[in-house]
Amino acid sequence: MNGFAALLTRDLRLAFRQGGDVANVVAFFALAVILFPFGVGPDPDLLARIAAGVLWVTALLAALLSLERLFDADFQDGSLEALSLMPVPLEIQVLAKCAAHWLTTGLPLTIIAPLLALVLHFDAAGYPALIAALLLGTPVLSLIGAIGAALTLGARRAGVLLSLLVLPLYIPVLIFGVAASEAAALGLESRPHLLLLAALLAGSLALAPWATAAALRQALE
Amino acid sequence: MAGRKLQKSFTGEGLVCRRGERLVFQGVAFALAPGGALLLGGPNGSGKTSLLRLMAGLAPPEQGAIAWDGAAIAEDPAAHRARLHYIGHQEAVKLALTAEENLAFWTQMRGASDAIETALRRVRLDARATWPARYLSAGERKRLGLARLLASAAALWLLDEPTTSLDAESTEVLLTAIAEHRHAGGCVAIATHAPLPLPSAQHLSLTGHTTWRQA
Repeated sequence: MNGFAALLTRDLRLAFRQGGDVANVVAFFALAVILFPFGVGPDPDLLARIAAGVLWVTALLAALLSLERLFDADFQDGSLEALSLMPVPLEIQVLAKCAAHWLTTGLPLTIIAPLLALVLHFDAAGYPALIAALLLGTPVLSLIGAIGAALTLGARRAGVLLSLLVLPLYIPVLIFGVAASEAAALGLESRPHLLLLAALLAGSLALAPWATAAALRQALE
Repeated sequence: MAGRKLQKSFTGEGLVCRRGERLVFQGVAFALAPGGALLLGGPNGSGKTSLLRLMAGLAPPEQGAIAWDGAAIAEDPAAHRARLHYIGHQEAVKLALTAEENLAFWTQMRGASDAIETALRRVRLDARATWPARYLSAGERKRLGLARLLASAAALWLLDEPTTSLDAESTEVLLTAIAEHRHAGGCVAIATHAPLPLPSAQHLSLTGHTTWRQA
């Protein structure tokens, strides 16, 4: 676990030293959400009805924005090659990088989402479910996104390719994330949706590191 | 383990390397005893880096076998990774981290952590330990990469053009480090164009006659 902690610390340190990345993701999320009241008009009922969907779709796009850099910097400067030759299994290293990615994108998005929900007149009863769903769903975005980032490593126009690969895989997270938040806002039970999100998280925690590590080895060969 | 001593510890036989459609080399063999050094020569594109990558286990050979103490390295990749240092021609240095943080990271990944100061002093970077690596020159970054060799122990060193952009004094430090490593029973394989004065080193010259696969 020593290697896991070392890599997580390094990636967090790099994220804070280089600063811009976290701020960009949060700023993109906030701006994109705030565009909706301008686009569809200020009708509170309409905004409240689409609020959960808008928040989730925008969060997906914001997370996607930062994925391209997940392995690319390490690939370019030779670090990835060196990392793949460390005694720590590559799967564990992938988990560490995903954890760092979530802490610098998913977590800030989850923290700012309730504020933006306010702008969209989201129903007060839905907040706990919205936050819980984001806490369960955003790590899945990092884990599934890592597979796409590893597969597109070194490709030309990797960013576009990455969206085409990853966005369809995000659909289940989107469906259950929105369903959980909306169910609570409508006074219905949100627990089944949250459980399904938890199942998605458990599944991707177990499987995504293997797939990502395999794709990284392929890229390095 | 007296019988083991006589055995060649790091060997490759009948190695064929293919990168995409291109046959880089074939029929390459080497054998390194404990304390042995192998200098890989040959023109650009003759496959020196490719051979080092095969030795590191980064890619499997198309044909042939690489073995450590008689056991194929592909059988236990984790054990092979634990026993080797691979320093490619990229330094794997993060520019936003200080020299010390860079070295400490790579050393922790190998499960060691106490020799960082000594290693930095030996490559003469101790005065710049707290500088962000972006302020280091090309040669200093190279030295920071090489400090990884000194900060944690490994039986096999695989070095790709280690003397590029090093000054005379730093090359001397590297040669001393290699001599100590070999004295302790370690093996080293170096791809290089510079004539390195390593005593009783084997030379393997890759001819560079590469061929394209017929479609």
